[in-house]
Amino acid sequence: MTATADPQQLSYIAAQAADARVNIELETEGMTLNIGPQHPATHGTLRVIVRLDGERVVAAEPVMGYMHRGYEKLAEVRTYPQVTTLVNRIDWLGSFANEVPFILAAERLMEVEAPPRAKWIRTALFELSRIANVVLFLGDMGVQLGAVTPVFFAFRDREFVLNQIEAVTGGRFHPNFDRIGGLKDDLPKGWIEETRGVLGRIRTFCDEMEDLVVGNEIFQARTRGIGVIPADVGLSYGLSGANIRASGVDWDLRRDSDMGLAHGELDWKVWTHPDGDSFARYWVRLQEVREACTIVEQCLDGIPSGPVMAKVPRIIKVPAGEAYAETENPLGVMGYYIVSKGDLVPYRVKIRSASFNNVSITPWVLEGTYVPDVISILASLYFILGDIDR
Amino acid sequence: MDEAPVAVEADEARDAVVAALADALGDGLVASEVQPGVDAWVRVTADAWVAAGEALRDRCGMRYFNFLSAIDWQPSPYGRDMDAQVDGPEAREPEPREPGVTGGDTRFQLLARVHNPDTGIGVHVKADLVGDAPEVDSWIPVYPGADWHEREAWEMFGISFRGHPNQVHLYLPGAFEGNPLRKDYPLLARRIKPWPGIVDVELMPGDDSDDDADSSGGDAEGGDDE
Repeated sequence: MTATADPQQLSYIAAQAADARVNIELETEGMTLNIGPQHPATHGTLRVIVRLDGERVVAAEPVMGYMHRGYEKLAEVRTYPQVTTLVNRIDWLGSFANEVPFILAAERLMEVEAPPRAKWIRTALFELSRIANVVLFLGDMGVQLGAVTPVFFAFRDREFVLNQIEAVTGGRFHPNFDRIGGLKDDLPKGWIEETRGVLGRIRTFCDEMEDLVVGNEIFQARTRGIGVIPADVGLSYGLSGANIRASGVDWDLRRDSDMGLAHGELDWKVWTHPDGDSFARYWVRLQEVREACTIVEQCLDGIPSGPVMAKVPRIIKVPAGEAYAETENPLGVMGYYIVSKGDLVPYRVKIRSASFNNVSITPWVLEGTYVPDVISILASLYFILGDIDR
Repeated sequence: MDEAPVAVEADEARDAVVAALADALGDGLVASEVQPGVDAWVRVTADAWVAAGEALRDRCGMRYFNFLSAIDWQPSPYGRDMDAQVDGPEAREPEPREPGVTGGDTRFQLLARVHNPDTGIGVHVKADLVGDAPEVDSWIPVYPGADWHEREAWEMFGISFRGHPNQVHLYLPGAFEGNPLRKDYPLLARRIKPWPGIVDVELMPGDDSDDDADSSGGDAEGGDDE
């Protein structure tokens, strides 16, 4: 018996046995760790329960609802113009962009179309919301990985974008400016020139982030190859926005479908990245801010003249029917499914918010990662709690 | 400018989706509606719910899971809650059900949307669910992203998903009772005090009816709005 045994095989078996003994001696009991609800890395009140084996995550279960405000129920008892006030507060960093898909869905039901000038101004404000939103991510991602400087730059430069939004709408965070059939008001005098200056600042900010963060060795070491999401998995979980484009899916509603804004008439580019890791998600968002600057600039050059409001009845009754409109918001695809019964109030509003789907992949993507990477992955998925909890 | 050719092309693509689904499901497909160049709806039987998801994913390229939710078609017995109801919530005679696009026979209707990222075409899938505490097979094997959406539909509408591995509360606290998005679940804030926003929709003095309230001077769009 032993005569036929291969000495190499024997030594292999011995080594396996030795390894097994060491593993038994060192076996640690699994630990359950709460990340959040009040953890700085969770962008609000998301709680992630992670089950650990050593430093490795065996299972992760996000717990939400700390901020659930029941907008779908509240929207059923508010008139259509009043609903924009609610939906402003879903993704509070890019709030104008929240109003647009709701208004577009209601306009589709009413068969009203906003005049061209309103569409172009909507597009400019929509992209300014994207800049205000994503700029904060570009700085905040640094904080999550231990670099404090970028977020100060982000807050500094976002201020100018918010000033421009405030100059038009009167609200920095909650514009409530979009109306069925157009916009509340026209642009103030001198706004176009001021905005050009702000775009220059944002471009400088993007270059700074490229130098400070993207080119940083520590940043690359903590994000490259971390939290890889393959395209197929991302699609089946309904990931959208920069998260799915960072997995190599070339899909952007602004280009690929007729959202009802002016993007189709402008010259810009959709950025993708093949890697699908945390680094790719950061990089794609950085390029998207630059692209948003290009879009806003072209809007400023090309805003047509004319009214900003179509003729709509003063008391808005939306004809019976169902309509779904979605737009490519800063966080991803946001859509509203409106069921109307020809009343002053919607019968049912389903809010399809981007972060809800984006975060639903966390149990899948966090499994098998290490505790420090949990933070980098969560940060790179970029969610706003109001956008998850609605 | 190039809207017309896009619309025609999209229409063909949406019709093809409906045709493929009819081929795959047979009697499982109850109704369908295509708004050319805009959107598409299909209604399937509850038994064909999972088969519809598989057919859409495998035969129509709808790899992208968009959302899953439900609609309660039974209007609230308390009315719209738009009126100040401080006098006490008295249940009224229930209004008749009026199902929307593609019709419907039951109170609860599942609603999901999937999307084909290559062609940019999306389709809404609906299914009638029988009973007051309906059950349906889970979509998780087809679209893993349906997990949280089904939990939300379970707690908000009371729809159970067979085969769901973790059907617990998503938003609401664990001991919460009731299904808030059901129409007969009262919105308690409206019971306590009248809604101040009601003034926004009151008629101005001198206006006779909603239709004449058009300040911009009687345009056609406002007139046939009823």
